[in-house]
Parts: sequence; C-alpha cells; structure tokens
Amino acid sequence: MSADAAAHHDGPMVYPDDRLYAKTTAGKIGMWIFLLSDGFSFSGLLLGYGILRGGSDYWGCFKEQAAELGCALEPAFGINFTALLTFILICSSVTMVISHSALESGDKKGALKYLGLTIMFGLMFLCGQAQEYFGTFEYFMHAVDGGHHPGLIAEGLVFGSTHYATTFYCITAFHGLHVTSGVIYLSLVWRALYLDKADANTVEIVGLFWHFVDLVWILVFTFIYLIPS
Amino acid sequence: MQGVMTPADIEAAQHLQHIHETPKSFVKHYVFSIDHKYIAKQFLWAGLLFLFFGGMLAMLIRWQWAYPGEAVPVVGNLLFPDTQGAITPPTYNTIFTTHGLIMIFFAITPIMIGCFGNFCIPLMIGARDMAFPWLNLLSFWIFALSQALVLASFCVELGSAAAGWTTYPPLASQVGTPGLGQSLMVLALFVTGVSTIMGAINYITTVIRFRAPGMTWFRMPGTVWGLWLTSILNALFVPVLGSAGLMLLFDRHFGTQFFLTGAAGGTGDPILFQHLFWIFGHPEVYILILPIWGFVIDFMSFFARKPAYWFRGSIYAMITVTVLSAVVYGHHMFVTGMSPLLGQAFMLLTLVISVPAEILFLNWLHTIWKGSIRLTVPMLFGLGTIFVFGLGGLTGIYLGTISTDLYLHDTMFVVGHFHLTMASAAFLGSFGALYLWFPKMYGRLMNPFLGKVHFWFSTVGLTLVFGFQMLAGYAGQQRRLYDPFQYSYLEGLQDLNRFTTYCAFALAIGQLAFVYNFFYSLFAGKRASQNPWELGTIEWTDCASPPVHHNFDRIPVVYRGPHEYNHPEVLEKLGRDWIGQTEEFDPAADAATSDEVAATA
Repeated sequence: MSADAAAHHDGPMVYPDDRLYAKTTAGKIGMWIFLLSDGFSFSGLLLGYGILRGGSDYWGCFKEQAAELGCALEPAFGINFTALLTFILICSSVTMVISHSALESGDKKGALKYLGLTIMFGLMFLCGQAQEYFGTFEYFMHAVDGGHHPGLIAEGLVFGSTHYATTFYCITAFHGLHVTSGVIYLSLVWRALYLDKADANTVEIVGLFWHFVDLVWILVFTFIYLIPS
Repeated sequence: MQGVMTPADIEAAQHLQHIHETPKSFVKHYVFSIDHKYIAKQFLWAGLLFLFFGGMLAMLIRWQWAYPGEAVPVVGNLLFPDTQGAITPPTYNTIFTTHGLIMIFFAITPIMIGCFGNFCIPLMIGARDMAFPWLNLLSFWIFALSQALVLASFCVELGSAAAGWTTYPPLASQVGTPGLGQSLMVLALFVTGVSTIMGAINYITTVIRFRAPGMTWFRMPGTVWGLWLTSILNALFVPVLGSAGLMLLFDRHFGTQFFLTGAAGGTGDPILFQHLFWIFGHPEVYILILPIWGFVIDFMSFFARKPAYWFRGSIYAMITVTVLSAVVYGHHMFVTGMSPLLGQAFMLLTLVISVPAEILFLNWLHTIWKGSIRLTVPMLFGLGTIFVFGLGGLTGIYLGTISTDLYLHDTMFVVGHFHLTMASAAFLGSFGALYLWFPKMYGRLMNPFLGKVHFWFSTVGLTLVFGFQMLAGYAGQQRRLYDPFQYSYLEGLQDLNRFTTYCAFALAIGQLAFVYNFFYSLFAGKRASQNPWELGTIEWTDCASPPVHHNFDRIPVVYRGPHEYNHPEVLEKLGRDWIGQTEEFDPAADAATSDEVAATA
C-alpha cells in the first residue's frame, strides 16, 4: 500500500477545470441540489394552500363574512408591516452579495462587516415575525404609531380553526424555520471566516442558501399576503 | 474531467480527494464510519433485517387468504395469544399496511439505493469516497432512527399503522385509525425521507464532481446511471411526501383539517392528500426500478461477454423515463372523479412510457443475442428480473388505460401488477447485485449452487404468486379483503388463493438457501481474487477484494467504456475477452480516442 504521499495532507481541495462545471466545488453543487429539493417541499405546502383556498367559499372571516355566515372573526394580515419585513430580507440579500464580493477581492474585514449585517437583518426579520405572531414588541410598536398590535394569535387567528389560519402558520413558520437555520448557518460561517477557516467559496454557499430563503419569502409574501381575499 | 487528459489534469485529480488513514478505534470503524463501503454494509444489514420482517408479514397475509380467520400454525399462539393464534380484522389491517411500508421504505430502498448506491458509485467512477462523507454517516443513522420508529409503532397501544400503505385520509385520520402507531409510522416515513434526501444529494454531487479523469458521462456503467437518475427523483419528490406527511401529522395531533371532511369533521380535502402522495408516489416506483435497469444493462453485457447493445439508447431511454415519471401520477387517481380530459392526458403520458421501456428491453435482448453467455448467479437474477418486469410492465398497460382500469381498479390485479414490477424486479435485481458485488464487499465468494437454488425458488415463486394474484383480481377479487370468500361471487376463488399461498410458502422457504449461503460465505467462503467475474469496470480492475480504506492509491485514468468484451484486437494481443476501463491498451489509439471524446463532448 504505497499511497501517494502528496495526497495525504489536508488542505483546500483544488477542483480540476471541468468542461461543464469549471472549478465549481462539490459543496456548491450539493447546495444547489439541496435547494431544488427544499423548493419541492415548499411547493408541496403551497400546492396544499392553493387547493384548499380554491375549494373554500371564503378566505378569512372578516366583518362581512362574520355578519353573513356567523363565523368567528379573524384578522387580516398586516401587509404594510410584512412589506417592511420583505424589504429587510431583500436588504440582507444585498449585504450578502457585498460580503462575498468583498471577500473575493481580499477584503476580509469588509466581508465580516457585511456578513454581520446580513445576520442582523435576518434577526430583525425573525423579530418581526415574533411581533406578527405574538405581539412580542407591542410596546415598541405602540410607541412608533400609537396603534394596538397584540399579534395575530391574540387577534383571533387560531392555528387549526380554519384553513386561512392553518396554512398561514404552517407556511410562514416553515419559512421562519429556514430563516432561523440560515441565521445560525451564517453565524457559523462568520466565526469560521473570523478564524480564517472559511474562504470565498464557503461564503458563496451560505449565500446561495440565504438567497433561496429570500426568494421563497417573496413567493410566500405574494401568495399568502398579497392575493386579495 | 472530460476533455483532453493532460498529465496536469491527471495529477490534479490525485489531490482532489485526500487519503485518510484507516480509523483504528472500534466506534469509528464499525459504528460511526464515514467510509462509503462500510456505510453500504450497514444499509445492507439494516435492509435485510427488515426484508425478513416484511416477508414474514407477507406470509401472515397469505395465510389469512388461504384459511381466513383460522389459527396461524407454528407461530400463531406466540403472535396472537388473545385469539388462540387467529388474525383479527384490525390486526390484519396492520399486517398488510406495515408489510407494504416496510418493504418499500425500509427494505428495498436501503438495500438497493442505500447499499449499492453507496458501494458502487465511488468505486465505479473512480472516487476515494462520497463527496460528503459526514452527510453519508448522518444519512445512515437517521435511517436507523426511522427504523426504530417503525419498531416502536408496533409496541404502542392499538398497534402500528393500519390505513393501507398509501395512508389515505380520512381513513388515516384519528377517526379512521386512532392510536399512536399510525402517527409513529408517518413520522418514520418523514425521517426516512430526510435520510433519503441526504443520500441523494451525496450521490448526485459525487457523480457530477468526482469522476476519475477520462470517466466521461457515457463511460459510466449503467449501474451508476441508474442510481444517479434515481437520486435525482429522490431529491425532487421525497420532499413532497414530507410535506404531505407533516400535514397528516398536524391533522392527527394538532387539530388542523387539511384532509379532514365529512364525518371526520372539517372542511379539508382528502383528495389533496392523494395528489401530494402520488406526486411523490409515482416517481417512487421508478425510483425503485431505475437502479435495477442499470444493473440489468451491465449484467447482460458482463455475462454475455458482448458490448451493451446501443448503450447510449438505453441511457437516453432511462433519462426519458425519469422525466416522464414526474408527469403521470394521475393514473393512480382515475376513479377519484378526475376530469375525463385530465384523465386522458395522464393515460397518454403513462402509455408513452412503454416506448423507452421497450427500447430498454430490445437493447437487453440484442445484448445477449448470440453472446457467449455465462449463466452465473448474477446473470440468472438479471434474466429473471427481465422476465418478471416484462410481465409486470405488460399488465401495467391494462391499468394505465382508463377503460380497463375502471374494472381492474382496487383488485388483486393491481396488487399482482405492482408486485411484479416494483417488488419482484427490485427483489431479483437487488439480489443479483448482491451476488455480483459480494466478493468485492467481503472478499469471499458465495456458493453458486445455493445461489442457483435461491434463484429458481425466487423467480418461479414470485412469478406464480403474483401471476395468480392477477388472475384472482381479473376474476373480481378486491384487494385488502379480510375474508374474500364470505362473498358468494368469490367463493370459487378459494382454491386458487390456497394454491397461491403454498407457492408463497415455497418462495419463503427458498430464501433459506440465501440466508445459509450469505452467512456461510461471510465467514467461510472461498477467498475471492481481485476480479473473479473477469469484468472491466474499475472496482474489479483497480481495487483489491475488499478494497482498501481509500479505494485507490492513485486515482485511475479511464480510457474506455464499461462494456468492452470480445474485442478482436484485445483477444489477439492480450489473449482474453475483456479489457479494463483503466487499462492502457494502445497508448496512441487511446489518446486519440480521448481527443475524439473531447471534441464531441
């Protein structure tokens, strides 16, 4: 067993220049396949949403429906607030891109800064979702616009009571889970980069995941919030 | 990796995957191994164990159909002490449900994809390991967790899942099937799905990125193609089952009504589940057959000692089936009140699949035509696979056609049909693969005589059992009946059912030949040489039996396709009828070939 001595030590893998994939790393290919796969799990949920919504007589029990059918009153989603969250998420994608390009041009400090900003935007989005569900930041919200924002649960959007409520919670929570894992993943990459254990490729791969989470949110926002009842 | 192979390319490939030392600790070597060969063996053992389990459940079903409600002999009192050994209707529901789920997700899948995917892909494309060894380790242990959940489901009150393997609500809701067992089984499906997706990402990436220099797409053996295409279907469609499973669990435990309606209470849509289930479920049947087609392409060429006939055509046919498999699921739902126009579209797409399937069949027959056939055990199993798959495929045309499906729907005809295709063909193909690669896995040969005994019992047994089931179905016997003969119009089928049961018992007894052979060969079989079958693929020409921890000291360089048998020049110069993919034969000509490949790729 005379192994090639040069192949023994660890170090960054140098991928041969492939005709189809150039120097694309295995990690990047693997992430793309995972994202396709994950896209299908979202589409399973969205398909369920579409079919249930298409088969329902009404979507959301608002004042008119409650008066007519006697159903328990449900709140409408706060489109303006969620649009702000969407904007935050898009900003996070921008900082993600800047971070990667900074690292590619050798600016590790800049890369760390923008990666940190991405993490911060991700956390802001999660806080926004907590406010939307539970009214966690009601005091702060009240200070901003003087309104009453107790969160959707307190306003009567009960998981399991109607398809309107259930699909909303399932899909946005599934997305929230992705944002949470994305923030954890980003933080691990930040630490690795800080300790010089990550390179531009690592940042690019986490970026792919982050952009996917962002893209899915734009679809979720369109389907769940924007399509009028 | 395509392109002209310069010395620099070949050198670069050497450094792509590092050589790691063989782990010395017991735990790292035998329990939490990251070596693809060892993980393959773990999947093999886990799968064989559940194959035995699922097979025993099948025997109980057969007993019930031969002697409904009578005490099961020998093991009856042990299994069902409360009824003096008789199977009750609820127990019967659990038995046929878990038989299906266990066989598909916890027996065939781990053996065929988990074991041979892991074992063959890196060795046959010339890689040192999978692209993500740690993900591979996780994939196996998550799979083991799902098997534990299956076992746990049998131990809770009211027993395991009982809503049929398709788990349709509202039968699968708390109203139809109360108890924790059904939920644990659905959870097990979700968990095994996670494991499958991890495996799929690994296989796809490995094939894309870690082929040895010179291993172009069309120099990959059919086996690798089959496993690769299957992995693509797995990565895309298993998540849809995951979504459906989650919704079902929410319906069962968290008060949602995705699928609940009518008496189950709610405004949901039970048909929604069928859509989601079959969007996954139809690709699933191709997930279970594509690797087998790959094996058969290779086996026919390997043992007819001829190049595979129109190899590219076979590969294009498999790719076509992979694509079509995603758009035919509606043929499982012809009787759900689907729009006739939509039904027609699904029927057309379904029947179109028989065209690429026919190309594969003709290519197999052309490959063995006038070959110098060696009837080794893997070859016999390959031929048996073609036979049972042919029967199953032809009867599929009756079920894919709406007018005949309306009559045959939910009869034993359906059961016989899908057992011939996704059960028998997958069973025979996987065992063929096991007989072929056993010497490479364990470094010992299996006994060919016992292998042939196993083959004849299995092939004849499977054909008779499922052939007779189709007959019973054609005569009107519905599937899943507890006691079919309580209906006067089915009384006449009792003898047929009894005889089918005897055939099934013979089939089960024939498996003992394998069990003995497997264990005997494992410990006391003859030592295998490096290339006992005289094949040209990389795992036989460049690896010891069994291979060393890192597979290859130097990553091999590939010069030709996997099926170069009886080439006249090779016969003349080397005096043998095969040449390895990595053998330099005529350096000038080989270099020219790789240039040509580069120019056309």
